[in-house]
Amino acid sequence: MEIRLDNVIKTFDTFRAVHGVSLTVESGELIALLGPSGSGKTTILRMVAGLEYADGGHIYFGDQDATDIPVRDRGVGFVFQHYALFPHMTVAENIGFGMSVSKVKRSKAEIAARVNQLLKLVRLEGLGDRFPAQISGGQRQRVALARALSVDPKVLLLDEPFGALDANVRHDLRRWLREIHDELGITTIFVTHDQEEALDLADRVVILKDGKIVQQGTPQEVCRDPKNAFVLKFLGDANRLIGEVRDGQARVAGVAVAAADGVADGPAEIYARPRDLDWSAAGPGVSATVSRVLDRPGERRVIATASTGELLEFDVDPERDITAGDTGFVTLRRAKVFAI
Amino acid sequence: MSAVASHKKPPRVGDGPVFRRLLIGIVLSLGALLILAPLLVIGHEAFKQGVKVYTSTLNHPDTRHAIMMTVITALIAVPVNTAFGVAAAWAITKFDFRGKRLLLVVIEIPFSVSPIVAGVAYLFVYGLQGLFGPWLDAHDIKILFALPGIVLASMFVTAPFVARELIPLMQAQGRDLEEAATSLGASGWRTFFSVTLPNVKWALLYGVVLCNARVMGEFGAVSIVSGNIRGQTNTLPLHIELLYHDYQAAGAFASASILALLAVFTIIAKVALERRGAGRRKAQATDAVSTGH
Repeated sequence: MEIRLDNVIKTFDTFRAVHGVSLTVESGELIALLGPSGSGKTTILRMVAGLEYADGGHIYFGDQDATDIPVRDRGVGFVFQHYALFPHMTVAENIGFGMSVSKVKRSKAEIAARVNQLLKLVRLEGLGDRFPAQISGGQRQRVALARALSVDPKVLLLDEPFGALDANVRHDLRRWLREIHDELGITTIFVTHDQEEALDLADRVVILKDGKIVQQGTPQEVCRDPKNAFVLKFLGDANRLIGEVRDGQARVAGVAVAAADGVADGPAEIYARPRDLDWSAAGPGVSATVSRVLDRPGERRVIATASTGELLEFDVDPERDITAGDTGFVTLRRAKVFAI
Repeated sequence: MSAVASHKKPPRVGDGPVFRRLLIGIVLSLGALLILAPLLVIGHEAFKQGVKVYTSTLNHPDTRHAIMMTVITALIAVPVNTAFGVAAAWAITKFDFRGKRLLLVVIEIPFSVSPIVAGVAYLFVYGLQGLFGPWLDAHDIKILFALPGIVLASMFVTAPFVARELIPLMQAQGRDLEEAATSLGASGWRTFFSVTLPNVKWALLYGVVLCNARVMGEFGAVSIVSGNIRGQTNTLPLHIELLYHDYQAAGAFASASILALLAVFTIIAKVALERRGAGRRKAQATDAVSTGH
């Protein structure tokens, strides 16, 4: 089902959490609301669910105005960051809860059959008799998802679904959620502050800041063509250099990079990812002194201080022999230029 | 590591043998002196003149009436305060509204106010010269010096017990469970009975037990509003005082033993509840550990 937000506003006391957000989520789409804490992403999700009421604007489910439909009747599946499983019920009872309270009466056998089907979907067959405290965090979140799906929701909403899990489990669950989504084709919105998670999982990423949408697009669009410095920085580590744009060329300490069309001549910010910087012992480039080297599984991250005073971070091959105190030159292979 | 070596370890904070023995000794002797001794005296004094005197005191109509009054008061005050406590805890922990902090403070007032003050206040509200006195008198409604006054005063004193047990627990549990239940289509009542109540039941029972103990034992507020009319408005604690002032020590102690017995039952119930709650939590925790991740 298509979900449409039209100029939605939410204010808590005096704090305006969401400033007129308009957004269309197409039927069957998997979309990520990405932003730092306080950007209003969770509030938007909760308004779509009906857990918060919008102070202004409208939320449409298909052609129906759902703005004032209470959460109970809205037909959404909501997955909480901390699972919110009922601790006194078994896994099977948790999953069956929505069906047992439904206005549509089902027999016990029907519910049990559907619960088993859902347990199979989330790959937890045989764990139906366990209590939430007896299973792992990753398993709990899968139960929470099965429970949310049990009511055949029009839209699936996930609030930082993997935030409380450790890195490896998170990685696996991410892939698995994508598989489930592709299998069921249910319209899904999830909230995250983890850019990697958003880019990994979503068809489209909506980047929020201070209760407003900054940019939305496919992972490719937002990565390759960030609209402003905030989006660029939020999506990943970046070095910031101050330079000068002239005739479509940005210059910083003798190094030139092409600026996008529309960047006017004058002072500019130049952003480059750590992988887009090269290091050489001899010039040309910005001269810099290595202050630290951080070893990582796939590369070595070098932190260096440029002669212009900026701190630069760049990656070199694992074999590269480089230590603190070395001096050399940094060149930019690729960069984004924004007018100041 | 040998036992000898472990003896040579310096004591941790407050762990020296002398200090330890001293502390335990103080606590045990004070406990015996302050708590155990009076209880034993009650038992001893109650039966000093034989079982016959004891049973005859308890069979006296005034004593039986006092027990009845106490039980009836508890039967009304405890359910009402339980409902109040649950409602207050629910409102405070699940909703946001203006005056929430004020409500929290108001609920605490009966704890900090002397019960006698509550009694006097009721006198000024419902007494003949009081706020509603003339109106109540005109409509022939008796609140003071009758059961309604006793129940009201008892309820005032014990209003915080259930709420105080529930609020911290429900605050810690947050709203996620209720929100989850509602998003799955459950009604408010269904959410309360299927999700909220099972998760707070031990705290709720504990609060009810404490509330009951206090209602049955309440003296100060009730003594003001009841008027101490023997065989009519006397509750058990008031009856004990009356007997004692009449130099009927055996009777006073016999009645006191009933009250003490009620208290002992309450404590046993409380310990049993706590143990069940703790046992359940422990079992869940060990299960979780053995399952692993």
